[in-house]
Amino acid sequence: MTVWRRNALVWRRLMGASVLLHFGEPLIYLLGLGYGLGRFVGEMAGMPYFTFLASGFIAWSAMNVASMESMWSVYTRMVPQQTYAAILATPAEVDDIVIGELLWCATKSLFSGTAILVVAALLGAVNDWTAVFALPVIFLTGFCFAAPGLIITALARGYEYFNFYMTLVMTPMFILCGVFYPINTLPAPMQSVVQFLPLTHAVEIIRPIVVGQPVTNLGLHLGTLGLFGLVTAWVATILIRRRLIQ
Amino acid sequence: MPLSPPDPKSLPASAPLLVHCQNLSKNFNGKPAVAGLDLDIPPRICFGLLGPNGAGKTTTLRMLLGQSPRSGGTLEIFGEDIELNRRQIRQRTGIVPQADNLDPDFTVEENLRMYGSYFRLPTHEMNRRIPQLLDMVELSARAADRIDTLSGGLKRRLTLARALVNDPEFLVLDEPTTGLDPQARHMIWSLLHRMKRNGKTILLTTHYMEEAERLCDQLMVIDNGTLLAQDSPTGLIRKYCESDVLEIRGGISKETVGRLPPSCRTEYAGESLYIYSNHAKPLLELAQGLADTACLHRHSGLEDVFLRLTGRELRG
Repeated sequence: MTVWRRNALVWRRLMGASVLLHFGEPLIYLLGLGYGLGRFVGEMAGMPYFTFLASGFIAWSAMNVASMESMWSVYTRMVPQQTYAAILATPAEVDDIVIGELLWCATKSLFSGTAILVVAALLGAVNDWTAVFALPVIFLTGFCFAAPGLIITALARGYEYFNFYMTLVMTPMFILCGVFYPINTLPAPMQSVVQFLPLTHAVEIIRPIVVGQPVTNLGLHLGTLGLFGLVTAWVATILIRRRLIQ
Repeated sequence: MPLSPPDPKSLPASAPLLVHCQNLSKNFNGKPAVAGLDLDIPPRICFGLLGPNGAGKTTTLRMLLGQSPRSGGTLEIFGEDIELNRRQIRQRTGIVPQADNLDPDFTVEENLRMYGSYFRLPTHEMNRRIPQLLDMVELSARAADRIDTLSGGLKRRLTLARALVNDPEFLVLDEPTTGLDPQARHMIWSLLHRMKRNGKTILLTTHYMEEAERLCDQLMVIDNGTLLAQDSPTGLIRKYCESDVLEIRGGISKETVGRLPPSCRTEYAGESLYIYSNHAKPLLELAQGLADTACLHRHSGLEDVFLRLTGRELRG
C-alpha cells in the first residue's frame, strides 16, 4: 500500500495536467466521433450511437490508462529512477511493489473512467444513476490490464519494446472488441476469436450498466476477466521478481 | 521502536556476531561472482570490504541485504537467516547504495518521509527524527528543494540521512564517497565516526585506501569472489608489505636494480619502479644516487598492500 500511496502523492502534484487529460480527451473523442459519426449512424444496438460509443469508450479507457501506467510509468520507476531498488532496501518486498502498482494502475483507470462517465452523463448519454455500478468494474478492468502491462515491463529492454504490445495487442482490441460496433456484426470466426480477448468482456459488462440495461452472462464475463487478471498478475509477480532480485 | 545503543563497556566480550556467513557463494549463469566467502562482523565495529572492480563486493552486499539470493553457504544477520527474515532484518538495517536512487518526484524532506513510510514509521516519530537527520547532514535549508537541484555531494548526504531514517543498528554503505569532493568526503567520514560512536555497526566498501584506513577497524580484501586477506589496517600493512617504499619514475638501469640488497623487492608498473624494503637505508642511498630521476621515498601504506594482493593489472 505504501507503493500505491507514493504514486498517489506524485499524481496529486501533477493533478492539473492529469485532470485535463482525463476530461479533455474523452470530451474530444466523444463529441467528435459520437456526434460526428452518430449523425450518419443514428442508432446502434438499440441505443443512440453516442451512448453506444461512450459506454464502450469507458471500458477501452480503463484498459488504455492501466496499460500505459503499467508500462511507461512502471518502467520509469523500475529502470531510470531505480525507485524499486530503493524500496527493496526497506522491509517492503517485490510482492508489495507489484500489488501496489497493480492497485495504482487500477486506480488511475478508475479516475479516467469516472471522468468519461461524468462527461457522458453531462452530454446526456447516461440515463440512470445505476451507472455508478460500472465504477468497480472499471477498477477491475484496470487491474486486469495492468497485470499484462507489468509482464511486458518486466521483459522490456527499453521503451520501444512497448510499441509491440501496443500495436499487436492493444490496437486490435480497441478496434475489434465492441467499442465502436457490436461484435455480432463481425464474421463468425472472428467472433469466436474476439471472445478470448479480455476487453470484449469488459465492454459486455460496462456497456449495459452505463446504459441502464440488464447485464447478460455477468458471471461468465466477470469470471473471464478475473481469471485473466489473476493469471497475468501471478506471471507478472514472478517476472518482476526475476528482474529485480538477481 | 527507537533503539538506543547499549554501552559498549557493559557488553560481554563474546557478544553475538552481527553478520555471520560461511562459505557464501553466488553464481551468475554458472560463473562464480562470490566463491566461498567466510565473513564475520562483530557488533559496533566498522568493517571494510575492499577489492578491485568486479571482485564481488557489491554482490556480497546484495546477498547480505537479501536483494540477491545466495547460491550456497550460510548467511545470518542478527542471528537470523536473511532468506527467511528479510523484512525483520531490513527493518533494523540502513543502506546507502552505490548508485543514487533518491526519488526525483519528491523534495528532500519528502524523500525522508516517503522512505520512513516504507518502514511504517509512525508520523510522530518521523516528525521528530527527520528534522534531526536534515540538521545532521546540514540539509535543513534545502528541505523543500527538489532532488534534481542537489549536487552529487548533497545527494549523497541525503542518501545517508535516508539510510538512518529507521535508526538502524546496522549500516551498509557501498562506496559512500565515490565521486565526492574532499569537503563532502570529510563530512561523510565524520558522520560515520559519529555513527560508530553511537554504537552502530558499519559495513562499507571503498576504493579509497585512506578512507579504509581512517574509518575501518577490520578490513577484508577480496578478489574474484574469494578472500585474499583480513586484518586491521595496520595489521595488513605489517603482514603484507615492507615498511618503506621508493617510487622511481622514468629510467633506471638494470645494473642499478641488480645492485640492490636481496632484502629489497621490486615491482614495475608502467614507467614506474617500486622498490620495497624493511630498511630505509638502502632505499635512501639509491635515491641519492639518482639525482636526475624523479623519485619518492615514503612509508608503505594500505594502497601498497592492496596492489600487492590484487595485482596491478587494470580491471573491467
